[in-house]
Amino acid sequence: MEYTGHLLSWIIFLPLAGAVLVTLIRDEKWIRLVALGVTVADFAVSLPLWTQFDTTTHAMQFVERVPWIKTFNVHYAVGVDGISVLLILLTTLVTPMGILCSWQVIRSRVKEYMIVILVLETGMIGVFCSIDFFLFFVFWEAVLIPMYLIIGVWGGPRRIYAAFKFFLYTFAGSLLLLVAILVLYFLGGETFDIQALMESTYSPTVQIWIFWAFFLAFAIKVPMFPFHTWLPDAHVEAPTAGSLFLASISLKMGAYGFLRFCLPMVPDATIMFAPMLIGLSLVAILYGSYMALAQTDMKKLIAYSSVGHMGFITLGIFVFNAHGIQGAILQMINHGITTGALFLCVGMIYDRTHSRLISVNSGVGQQMPIYVTLLAIFSFSSFGIPGTNGFIGEFLILVGAFEYNMAVAAIALPGVILAAAYMLWMLQRIVWGEHTRDNETPLEDLNLRELSTLIPLVVLVFWIGFYPKPFLGFMEVSVEHLLTQVHTTQPLTLSQVFGGS
Amino acid sequence: MTPTLADVGGVLPEMIVAGFACLALLIEAFISKSSKRDILPITALIGVAIAAFFTVNSMWDSRAVMGGTFLVDPFSNYFKLILYMATALTIMLSMNYLKQEGINVGEYYAFLLFALCGTMITVSAEDLLLVFLGFELTALSFYILAGFKRFRQKSMEASAKYFVIGSYSSGILLFGVSLLYGLAGTTNLTAIGQHLTSTGPGLDPAWILALILLIIGFGVKVAVVPFHMWTPDVYEGAPTPVTAFLSVVSKIAALAVFIRVFIEAFGGIQDIWQILLIILTVMTIFFANIVALLQTNIKRMLAYSGIAHAGYGLIGILVATHMGTYAVMLHLLFYVFMTMGAFGVVIQLRKNGLESEEIEDFAGLAKRQPVAAFIMLIFMFALAGIPPTAGFIGKFYIFMAAVHADLTWLAVLAVIGSGISIYFYLKVIMVMYMKEPDGNVTLSTSQPAIIALAIAAITVIVFGVYPSPAIDFADQAVLSITPPVIVATP
Repeated sequence: MEYTGHLLSWIIFLPLAGAVLVTLIRDEKWIRLVALGVTVADFAVSLPLWTQFDTTTHAMQFVERVPWIKTFNVHYAVGVDGISVLLILLTTLVTPMGILCSWQVIRSRVKEYMIVILVLETGMIGVFCSIDFFLFFVFWEAVLIPMYLIIGVWGGPRRIYAAFKFFLYTFAGSLLLLVAILVLYFLGGETFDIQALMESTYSPTVQIWIFWAFFLAFAIKVPMFPFHTWLPDAHVEAPTAGSLFLASISLKMGAYGFLRFCLPMVPDATIMFAPMLIGLSLVAILYGSYMALAQTDMKKLIAYSSVGHMGFITLGIFVFNAHGIQGAILQMINHGITTGALFLCVGMIYDRTHSRLISVNSGVGQQMPIYVTLLAIFSFSSFGIPGTNGFIGEFLILVGAFEYNMAVAAIALPGVILAAAYMLWMLQRIVWGEHTRDNETPLEDLNLRELSTLIPLVVLVFWIGFYPKPFLGFMEVSVEHLLTQVHTTQPLTLSQVFGGS
Repeated sequence: MTPTLADVGGVLPEMIVAGFACLALLIEAFISKSSKRDILPITALIGVAIAAFFTVNSMWDSRAVMGGTFLVDPFSNYFKLILYMATALTIMLSMNYLKQEGINVGEYYAFLLFALCGTMITVSAEDLLLVFLGFELTALSFYILAGFKRFRQKSMEASAKYFVIGSYSSGILLFGVSLLYGLAGTTNLTAIGQHLTSTGPGLDPAWILALILLIIGFGVKVAVVPFHMWTPDVYEGAPTPVTAFLSVVSKIAALAVFIRVFIEAFGGIQDIWQILLIILTVMTIFFANIVALLQTNIKRMLAYSGIAHAGYGLIGILVATHMGTYAVMLHLLFYVFMTMGAFGVVIQLRKNGLESEEIEDFAGLAKRQPVAAFIMLIFMFALAGIPPTAGFIGKFYIFMAAVHADLTWLAVLAVIGSGISIYFYLKVIMVMYMKEPDGNVTLSTSQPAIIALAIAAITVIVFGVYPSPAIDFADQAVLSITPPVIVATP
């Protein structure tokens, strides 16, 4: 039965409509309220994705397809499957929190700020919904603009440097993606339809070129190991909401790109380069964790922990088995929840003490018991204590890695221990450390607004931790289908690659 | 040969534009300075509108008039419509500027119209001599316009420099034309094309020399590296609306004639000139974008940005396919609005009562003038080719045409070149949004300028989101020159 509704279009464009509405409002209080209302409404609108999603098929659901540029067979085509559905829900869930955490902190140019966040939400959801490669690229590039402005206008002291670095890195990565899309268009029979492009096969030489274009674009976005240097800068300088969106959603676009395009479209080349990709993932896990150990700035610590966690995710993707990929997708969600929450926590303490240094904030636990309880929960989930979401994700990825190769798993394992080390070390100093702040005024514990951003995330941490079945159920069939797409082909040999095209 | 009524009908838009130019001169002479200065720009706008009406009327005609030297076809009409839009935007942006700068004299509008008339002749020309004639009419008007701020040294310098290099390049072009006449016995483009196909392989080397001379002649007008040397100085010195006009109108007309000459006359020997143009294109894109990184003057920066965009345009020409040709046409249509818009914001910015030309002068514009800053942001992202703006669509189809013609490596180079450009466009946005405002910079707007900017900004966004009408329009317009000329892609 053909789907005739417009659910996805509503989810994508409601925030954009909200942005237009916000331009008409003058009063700052109302601007905040309208922006919050629109994003909450968008979350409500997106809930049918959870209730009506059919978990028994790998086909795209809620599909809308309208010709857009007829001459070139470009369609406005959106749809979701098990890989993207949770990411969309995560986006609609996290955006209201981004607005709530900026409620009092952002005092200059509130209107522009809210407009930019709403536009960003449209772009982010659009990336995960697009099933037309042209449309995907439009959203993929368009999200750079609001993110650049969030970091550059409302960021910290080195915001301009960080904003430029973020933009230039990501933009440079996607340049070749554009050419790859064009090449695929002509080889795949003059279509941008992702489904059709997955079904046609490409010669080994072409696959390798396209793989490298994909790799550059997505690896920078993830970011994988040698391309990660923009991330700590962007995270540290961005306002809390900026860090939240970067960590929770923006980074997932890269991993999503690998799953959606790289694996199914150029499987032979991906399998051929898998050892390199796994190697880079392992380096990211260990290197990111070691770097996190050395940080004194809480935000930087979490930023480097992100590098490590994203390493686990890419590791799960490139072991090419059901456990690994399911774990990777679940870990994408987990990382969005947990790391997003940790950035929110850092933002809350920064609002009170105006410092993100661990040494300055040590010992706040005595004054803010609720805060440190929540901080502890998210820290535990970050290094994957059983009973939290992080455990399920990392466990699945490690199982997948064991199935692939014992040595790979053995190398990744210390990453888990290191994660526990830096998280506990930070936690210990924040909760029980010596007071170091002068002229002490007692810190207020969390207020209702702040609690309302963290409580839903706590619920999710334990929900996924104790009962991950519904979440895994969403992706099972889609992942199996993805694996058949990858495994129907034989790995490339060098003679095939260099022998002919 | 006496012109018939049909001949006159064919050149009616050109006659109207020239007539209104003369009318503007008369008004300037006979109406006293104190009364109603605005009558001049309004007269000019009416002239453009009437000419546009007749062009639209004969939009899909396809005929040759004036003894086969002058074509009225969708291709030329398409370009004429672009040129009308550019001229109308220039007039609207000039009105307030001229008053501020104290150069509000009627000759200005007369020469704008004469320049427009010259470019119209160029895009319609089917004969190389007529191409030359159109070029000269345009160039002579521009020499004067560039020096319009006659009490400013830089403006005089711009005028003189442009004159020297322009005349020299005209000489080179004319030499190429005379060589061609000697070889083919005609200056008619189609006849040259037929001569080439009938002679078959074994080409006289003089053909190649003639080709190179033509490329140089056109290259100077388009401002292709390495024939671009005049642009930065002229662009900086000329009054800003003239700079905008120059960078749009003269470039577009030259690229249009580039398409016509190289595809109609030399389509048969595409393999020979393609490699020359590839070299020029790669040089243009990389050189212009890298040098633009270093500019602190926004007019110079936009000059180099325009050179780079001409480079993208050349890609569409050198692939010599249907798709390539209309990718250029589309790209140029969008280029008008992006560039005119960007210059439009620059025109209105004033520092201590003088023109404000440094990028640093944009500091904090977003705080003082959020709307102006936002509009500039749109144009910058459009020039950088970031979706969802029309600039992205234009570049996308150019690169697509390159991939289609099996020149994927050229597309890769062009994409990398345009990747470099993002930095200087971002820099303008950074200065506007992330720096604190400077006390002396103000915005001097006027109603017509606001309308012009609104038109440009809306067009850039609307065609970025829904480009189908523009694409279909360009697609139909290019059909007229395609069938007899295009050689099969290699």
